[in-house]
Amino acid sequence: MLEINQPAPDFELNVTPSDKFSIKDLRGKKVILVFYPADWSPVCGDQLALYNETNRMFSRYNAELVGISVDGKWCHAAYRDARNLRFRLMADFEPKGAVARTYGVYNEKEGRSERALFIIDEEGIIRWNYLSPSNVNPGADGILEALQRLSEKK
Amino acid sequence: MASWKHFKDFLKKNSMAKLKPAVNDGDHMQGNTAAPVQFVEYGDYQCPHCAAAFPMIKQICKKFKDELLFVFRHFPLTEIHPMAQPAAMAAEAAGLQGRFWEMHDLIFENQPALQPAFFLLLAEKLKLNLRNFQRDLQDSRLAEKVDAQFESGVISGVNGTPSFFINGNKYEGDYNIQSLSRAIKSAITQKA
Repeated sequence: MLEINQPAPDFELNVTPSDKFSIKDLRGKKVILVFYPADWSPVCGDQLALYNETNRMFSRYNAELVGISVDGKWCHAAYRDARNLRFRLMADFEPKGAVARTYGVYNEKEGRSERALFIIDEEGIIRWNYLSPSNVNPGADGILEALQRLSEKK
Repeated sequence: MASWKHFKDFLKKNSMAKLKPAVNDGDHMQGNTAAPVQFVEYGDYQCPHCAAAFPMIKQICKKFKDELLFVFRHFPLTEIHPMAQPAAMAAEAAGLQGRFWEMHDLIFENQPALQPAFFLLLAEKLKLNLRNFQRDLQDSRLAEKVDAQFESGVISGVNGTPSFFINGNKYEGDYNIQSLSRAIKSAITQKA
């Protein structure tokens, strides 16, 4: 898992069937990068449903949440639509899990990413990370505590 | 990958899941305010797991009687449960007329039927002042109260519903009467 205080590797992936997006485009904002194992699986559903609601709390810290899994762009589109998800889901699909590998959170055995969180600051530096057991929803309290600490440092 | 450091971080994080703020006058409570155990639920009125837990909690309250204070806080997941927030408002509006728990019970008992017009029927059933009830459903102060409870849950480590706290500590066990009763009993023993 990439450690804190190093630059977050940039990457560009599909966020809708027709659009690509690069996390570099969020420079000037904090980014909460949420790696999760799969669309539709129960724990992810709870975790993302929770973040859908806590987004308003993240935005108070000038932070934007982005989800990423190895699911394809059409799968993400159907999933976002079914759950009314208000944030981007990036498709780490081809080559499969390349971004997860770069961030050191790819699970070779299962063929999917781990459940991992990163906070990237306005300048693109990783400031916080957290690896959760993949069957445990890590909640949002850790993210909010980290955002609070970062805002106090400034 | 799942290194020892991460495992320790995980334990540390989870042992820190504490109820913030503690039970206070702004809460809806049932039972003995001086009870050795404060049992708090964060719930969503449209969540099927919460509806399933509802009769179980009734049984627990009955079983522990004066040894328990039960508190309910709102945790509506509004995007997947569009009736969760309106239902929380209906309970709060009934609360202004002193009937929070009656509305709370009716909502869970009738979960599949939830829709805006249905809350008026429930209000009628509880013989509430309907004009005041309808006015209060739109009251931004009640909406802020629901939001504040949701946010207190997030800060306290609530990651889904229902989530329970026993004397301020997040309950991580199974959702059945046996496990919950055991945890409550052990909290009573710790207090004695």
